[in-house]
Amino acid sequence: MSLSIDDVKRIAKLARIRVTEEEAVGYQGQLNGIFGLIEEMQAVDTAGVQPMSHAQDLAQRLRPDAVTEPDRRAAFQAVAPQTENGLYLVPKVIE
Amino acid sequence: MTDQTLKQLSALLAEGRASSVELTRDYLDRIQALNPTLNAFVTVDPDSSLAEAAAADARRASGQAGPLTGVPIAHKDIFCAEGWLTTCGSKMLSNFVSPYDAHVIEQFKAAGMPSLGKTNMDEFAMGSSNETSHFGPVKNPWDTARVPGGSSGGSATCVAARLAPAATGTDTGGSIRQPAALCGITCLKPTYGVVSRYGMIAFASSLDQGGPMALSAEDCALLLNVMAGFDGRDSTSLERAKEDYTRDLAKPLAGLRIGLPREFFAAGMSADTARAVEEAIAQYRRLGAETVEVGLPNSRLSVAAYYVLAPAEASSNLSRFDGVRYGYRAAEYKDLTDMYERTRAEGFGAEVKRRIMIGTYVLSHGYYDAYYIQAQRLRRLIADDFAQAFQACDVILGPTAPTTAFKLGEKSDDPVQMYLSDIYTIAVNLAGLPGMSLPCGFDSQGLPIGLQLIGNYFAEAKMLNVAHQYQLATDWHARAPQGI
Repeated sequence: MSLSIDDVKRIAKLARIRVTEEEAVGYQGQLNGIFGLIEEMQAVDTAGVQPMSHAQDLAQRLRPDAVTEPDRRAAFQAVAPQTENGLYLVPKVIE
Repeated sequence: MTDQTLKQLSALLAEGRASSVELTRDYLDRIQALNPTLNAFVTVDPDSSLAEAAAADARRASGQAGPLTGVPIAHKDIFCAEGWLTTCGSKMLSNFVSPYDAHVIEQFKAAGMPSLGKTNMDEFAMGSSNETSHFGPVKNPWDTARVPGGSSGGSATCVAARLAPAATGTDTGGSIRQPAALCGITCLKPTYGVVSRYGMIAFASSLDQGGPMALSAEDCALLLNVMAGFDGRDSTSLERAKEDYTRDLAKPLAGLRIGLPREFFAAGMSADTARAVEEAIAQYRRLGAETVEVGLPNSRLSVAAYYVLAPAEASSNLSRFDGVRYGYRAAEYKDLTDMYERTRAEGFGAEVKRRIMIGTYVLSHGYYDAYYIQAQRLRRLIADDFAQAFQACDVILGPTAPTTAFKLGEKSDDPVQMYLSDIYTIAVNLAGLPGMSLPCGFDSQGLPIGLQLIGNYFAEAKMLNVAHQYQLATDWHARAPQGI
């Protein structure tokens, strides 16, 4: 498998990372090198092997449906790039 | 006082021969003198550290001191600490003053241990040399032309250089053990789920685990007593009774069965590392242990499986950095998508972007089964190998890293070569097992060599016993870099 420049640009778009033409060329070589390392796993026969997501096979815990957190909106919004009246500001999406 | 173990510092404080303020000031003085050379810390705040030290002294005066009250510690800059800049080594969080504490930070505060500051690290813990940090590389105190390893390179360097008696680290594929090996200190990565991930900035959530870094196994046991514990805010935190990890330290090793994985002793290890590990095995035999050969045939696939799973989880976890709620936002943009794309292009470094892109690709439509599910199946095979091996032995022993510390810049342009420096550590994370690294000698250039111990699930007390008995018989762990 080998990624083309267009593949790299499409992945960057999906990942919401702006890349220049020059950067895309650099990433193409590096990502193909990394995929070269990854490819060896394709040769392994894993038929019938159960995928493992965590070391301990845990069930998700449930807790009572009760308020446990105090209101810390001011503290959390103090570290935001832009807020107004308790709202996070982003560029206009709907005209 | 800065050449002492936690155990010794704890005794000094208990006997009234030193105060926490004096101790903390001694370390802050060393940090001030040496950090410009080593770059181990991103943030130091002496007023805050000394205020915490004064509070610890007051607590001791009122008879409320615990074993480590007043002993200072440094924290990897991946742990959110209220009121402290918490950068994770990234431009993306270069302005982020955390509004809350990680569970690990809460635990150390409750123990009365003042913070000496936040240590430098590879950006978002992605790296094995500490060269991906936005704040510049950390230098290895044994040779400042060399890397300290990574990603917990600042923590490893500050302990090795005696800028702090202990530090916290995190380990996703070797990020506690490999830098500890390259800097000649002792560390432990616990069983997955023993230390809470709450407030520990996420890289690959099914692998990330916090742990202690210090000068001895005994110190790591004392620190794990503080760090470990159930926390309902981490969905994979394990509900287990509190343990005393020091309880087995003094046990003799007669009859201990040490497993030697033949795959770890095949080609790939440097000659000096092979010799030091062989000498450590001989030392263990003198202490009464037996050795048995074990097989981990699927461990050769661990790097490949890891570089699917970790980037996949990272691409999901790091999607939260969008310039809206915290951290960096690009100065100029024309619409919302452009703001996301520019913020992430400018805020993340090259290695982080590479991993996000790999993760995005392997999770994208049509590739999920071939990469992500296949890697999870390999993960099962790797974990099954360990389960089989632990039928025949109590602990597994081998090298921590294939080589000693390499030169700054030597591997930074070649991600694949960099990834292979974690070849002996990654399988342990995939299986979720506990692992340690402890110093076992030096190479011909005077650089430290690390010995890795791997235990079965929840065998931390046994591993600390195995490491401590070795450290009673040897003094590799007590050697300090010259001229620092």
